[in-house]
Amino acid sequence: MKIFRMLGRNIRDAFKSVFRNFSLSLASISCITITLIIVAISILATLNVNNFAKVMKEDVTMVVFLNTETTAEEEEQIEFQLKNMDNVESVEFRSKEDVKNEMAGTSETLRSIMEEWDEADNPLKDNYLIKVTDIEKIKDTANEIQKIEQVDAVNYGEGMIEQLITAYDAVQKVSLLVVIALIVVTIFLIINTIKLTIFSRKREISIMRLVGASNFTIKNPFVIEGMFLGILGSIIPILITTYGYLAFYNHFQGYLFSSPLIKLIKPEPFIYYVALLVLVIGIIVGMLGSYRAVKKYLKV
Amino acid sequence: MELIHIKDVTKEYKNGVTAVYDLNLRIKKGDFAFIIGGSGSGKSTVIKMLYREEKPTRGEIVVGGLNVAKLRNGKVYKLRRKLGIVFQDYRLLPKSTVYENVAFALEVIGAKSDEIQRKTLKALEVVGLKGKLRNYPDQLSGGEQQRVAIARAIVNEPKLLLCDEPTGNLDPDMSMEIMKVLESINEDLGTTIIMATHDQNIVNKLKKRVIVLKDGRLVGDYEKGTYVHEDI
Repeated sequence: MKIFRMLGRNIRDAFKSVFRNFSLSLASISCITITLIIVAISILATLNVNNFAKVMKEDVTMVVFLNTETTAEEEEQIEFQLKNMDNVESVEFRSKEDVKNEMAGTSETLRSIMEEWDEADNPLKDNYLIKVTDIEKIKDTANEIQKIEQVDAVNYGEGMIEQLITAYDAVQKVSLLVVIALIVVTIFLIINTIKLTIFSRKREISIMRLVGASNFTIKNPFVIEGMFLGILGSIIPILITTYGYLAFYNHFQGYLFSSPLIKLIKPEPFIYYVALLVLVIGIIVGMLGSYRAVKKYLKV
Repeated sequence: MELIHIKDVTKEYKNGVTAVYDLNLRIKKGDFAFIIGGSGSGKSTVIKMLYREEKPTRGEIVVGGLNVAKLRNGKVYKLRRKLGIVFQDYRLLPKSTVYENVAFALEVIGAKSDEIQRKTLKALEVVGLKGKLRNYPDQLSGGEQQRVAIARAIVNEPKLLLCDEPTGNLDPDMSMEIMKVLESINEDLGTTIIMATHDQNIVNKLKKRVIVLKDGRLVGDYEKGTYVHEDI
């Protein structure tokens, strides 16, 4: 088949050309390497920041306190009602006894006081711990729950939660923007470097045109060459992300600033995905760079 | 049969210079025609329009049934596969051997490997360079490099060979060597040859059709003509 014959020749020529123009190839490869390292680090950082936000959001619990005189029957009904609400993910019941025991366990003073209480004296309230599916709608859900009869109070850290969400959303958007901007800059940089290297082969391209090569046939070896350059250029960034992140993770034992809330993403399989992403970006950018660069010389 | 028909062609460059005025020309299959004229007479422009490096501003150019003037950039290869082109500066790939330079023309159009080998060797035999297959261009004399370029131009067995001052960089002996090669290609392979030149020795010796251009206008067209100074 003609198309396979051509493809075989293109791959062979691309290989040859990487080595024949080695110093120029090296320039492109170094450019890809350096920019990809920056991109890879920013991807790691962004994904981790997103992860902090996610962990935090998952951790938010709403506490629904019931009036003291609520009967067991009513409680059952309320629990059913809660479980069937749209935004409610899980409902956990804590009787006032549970709360008492829990609190008593935290300090000696509290325990000595609470031991005095019997069932009727216990001023604490039965309550539900609720996790929501969509943290953005937590306020609406809280309002809705508030309307249920026998619900005394709903507490979810109103105000602070909203602020945290806004802050994290802003961070998420900004970091995403930074990554996209970096990738765009990378593409530009690489396109320009490859343009320089292809400039020296202008003659070769014009001869190909003269002897009747179609534009597609001319572009192909350059695009394949760009792919090689992308692969070669992403080796070091991949090693750095993989081993670098592993070392980073182990050094901090998974938690940044030793805070349980700022949890790093587990390296496996996370780093493999990132490595793959870096490779794919390298290949695409290399191919795109060559394509754009060679296109310029196809007009003669 | 008519291979080339140039009809009312005018070429104006973007800088305002008009290189060719209202040119009308027919060239038959198997012809050997010189286009002569001084610098700026428009002979190179005519050649460039024939292989569609330049587009005419007005008029029509038909080469082997293809309307060259209307050919889109992406389709130019269709025309180029029908013709061979030879330049004053050879335009060889310096990092490829003689064999590779000639085979290149067939490789890029996707010919089969055995066909490439057969045709490449045949073309190099025609130009008398079968003994230098593995040499690189910088190891060859100017005449030999030009013969490699001719081999590359005819390897695809084109109907038309365009030569833009092919002997411009060569001394008289080497020039005659090149002309012998071109003549044999014309006579033995039946290839139509159009050659722009200002070398009067060659024109006078070969006695072929002579088309004379002056300041972009056709001023003379002679069968078996010679280089006449009054015309230029």
